[in-house]
Amino acid sequence: MSTKLSRRAFLGGAGLLSLSLAACGGNSGSESSDSGESSGSESTASGRVYWLNFKPEIDETLQSLAKTYSDSKGVSVKVFTAASGEYESTLTSEMDKPEPPTLFVIGNQAAVKSWGDFAIDLTGTKIAEEGSTDDFNLYDDQGRMVSQGYCYECFGIIANPDLVTKAGGDLDTIQGFDALKTLAEDIHSRASELGFDAFAPADMDDGNNWIYSGHLANIDYFYEAKADPDAWKECPPTITGDYLPNYKNLFDLVTNNAPVPPSELASGGHDPQTQFEDGKVAFMLQGSWTYDSVAAKIPEATMIPYYCGVDGEDKAGLNSGTENCWAVNSQVSEEDQNATIDFMVWLVTDPDASKELVAQLGSMPFINAQKGDNGFLNDAETLNAADCYTMDWDFNFQPNVNDYRAALVSALNTYDKDQNDANWEGVRTAFVQGWADQYQKANG
Amino acid sequence: MAKSLKANSIRTATRKWCWLFLGPVVIAFIIGFVWPFIQGIWLSLCQFRIVSNAEFVGFDNYGKVFSDPQFVYSFWYTALTAVVSLVIINVLAFTVAYLLTQKIKGANLYRTVFFMPNLIGGIVLGYIWSMIFDGFLSAFQTSILTDTVWGFWGLIIVMCWQQIGYMMIIYIAGLNAVPGDMIEAAKIDGATKMQTLFKVTIPNVMPSFTICMFLSLTNGFKLFDQNLALTGGAPISGSPSIAHTQMLALTIYNTFYGQASNARGTAQAMAVIFFILVAGMGLAQLAYTRKREVQQ
Repeated sequence: MSTKLSRRAFLGGAGLLSLSLAACGGNSGSESSDSGESSGSESTASGRVYWLNFKPEIDETLQSLAKTYSDSKGVSVKVFTAASGEYESTLTSEMDKPEPPTLFVIGNQAAVKSWGDFAIDLTGTKIAEEGSTDDFNLYDDQGRMVSQGYCYECFGIIANPDLVTKAGGDLDTIQGFDALKTLAEDIHSRASELGFDAFAPADMDDGNNWIYSGHLANIDYFYEAKADPDAWKECPPTITGDYLPNYKNLFDLVTNNAPVPPSELASGGHDPQTQFEDGKVAFMLQGSWTYDSVAAKIPEATMIPYYCGVDGEDKAGLNSGTENCWAVNSQVSEEDQNATIDFMVWLVTDPDASKELVAQLGSMPFINAQKGDNGFLNDAETLNAADCYTMDWDFNFQPNVNDYRAALVSALNTYDKDQNDANWEGVRTAFVQGWADQYQKANG
Repeated sequence: MAKSLKANSIRTATRKWCWLFLGPVVIAFIIGFVWPFIQGIWLSLCQFRIVSNAEFVGFDNYGKVFSDPQFVYSFWYTALTAVVSLVIINVLAFTVAYLLTQKIKGANLYRTVFFMPNLIGGIVLGYIWSMIFDGFLSAFQTSILTDTVWGFWGLIIVMCWQQIGYMMIIYIAGLNAVPGDMIEAAKIDGATKMQTLFKVTIPNVMPSFTICMFLSLTNGFKLFDQNLALTGGAPISGSPSIAHTQMLALTIYNTFYGQASNARGTAQAMAVIFFILVAGMGLAQLAYTRKREVQQ
């Protein structure tokens, strides 16, 4: 029997395996991409552009714009799109290459801490001068403008006015949580008679739970920040959770007045957007990026604010902000930086290019960019015009965002399984204490 | 004389040309294993965001590893998972192998069927099984993501399902190599089936046990993709929060992509400690089981 020899050979192999294991810790993870890359024609101008794109849904448009720019200006433009949820690992890996991205995304305060050192100060640059607002730009501790918002979005409660009317309600009269609750509970109680339910809650699986752990959580952060703006100029070390009961109000309303019991949300697979578009529910929590798809089925769909029982919320607007912010790599040559900025300026000033981009992104906060026709962003504007306050995206401050959200989602799953006070305390711990713990971990 | 001359010329030629054949393998080994390993150790002593701008910080990262409650928890959780899976996988794999080396109709078909799960990737397996578990658990208003006990056993079931077939093949090879005359001699001596199994067959299959136990122990410790896909560490609770089903490899991954400036160095230090643990335990287990092997 040849077991001796094979065992020795096996041991050698095992040793290799173990060696490789420790070495693997330094790998930067997946480099997978939803798209290929496109290089333009032979470069004749100086400098190169390499955009590491964050949004897979706009990849096709970007590839075509990159080609157009390359062909007309002779600058090499490469667009590479990280797979959904893999931006951080892709960026880590790409930044280590001899020709790293010249343009990448720093979309929140956590990323400012992680990648701020790799970004030039955009203050006073041509692209900064094109900006129509400072609201979506991100700054580091030294006041350097490390990234500039290139589109903005809004989210809230998307409603189907027809169904609301069919249920005997009137969207115009809903200007607070109590009215919304009464209507939603009424619809839910008569769901079988009406043929539709009140809410299509998002699932709690990895691809969808950000609705609760990011967007809905903004209710507490925003109102805390509103009450104490000084504490929220940058990521606060602790939060109070004073508005967590309001978060609970809307969370309970959404999950308990739906065709799916809350305990089934953890495993996913319910596709709330399709339920909404098929007229199976009157409301869902979503954002302006769904407009094209929603409006194709329900042209009159409209977005109302997160009503959650806070005083004075009849003046609430939609949650407006962005995680799409351009940063220019400080580690590449000045030539590349300039070529990149020129490309960015072209994207937001060229009528055809900005039109194409706006069609995908909804709206771009640049003076010379084309205007969009996103109905939900128009709803946000309408509310602003009516002196309603915009709910800023304070969830962008979440410390150690992945770990913080994972713990919150887990606590919410436990609560969904059995909605009692003890389990809600678990949510409170993950929400409030989790913030302090993760802040400590990220900054300690 | 002529024979010895020929042998000498072969030896000389071998000496002269050996690097031509060894070279590519050695280079690949250095590029793929040795260099990343050395760099891995170096990075564990550094603070870095990308590998090329690492800054030496000494042993700070190692200090942080042991003060991280998640790492300590994950270590014990991983050890438990590895030991439980090792026992179950090997007992079942050996049993199946033993049954399939008896004269059963369609044994080859069964072997193929048992081996097939091993051909499916861990991530796919994790997601498929999470659907199966949740489909079943939803009847009890619970989910694999909310229950630590189910999370643990779910992982064990998935590991068993995937690995039993693979270990079975190794055991079948071992069982087929047990000399028939030994079994026959035992039979003539009046040994019962059980006595033959425990006194003759198993001692002769010990080399297979050595290999299978080493593989299942190290597989258990290194498990990543099934863990990520099945529970992702959930449920998570407490302050500081602990991911109750998060194994070491996933802890290292999550730490690496944390926000702290030293997160990557700390994760790298974890990876080095992890390597020492896995290698140490694997070798200890090998030494232990090898003592129990018999020479034929």
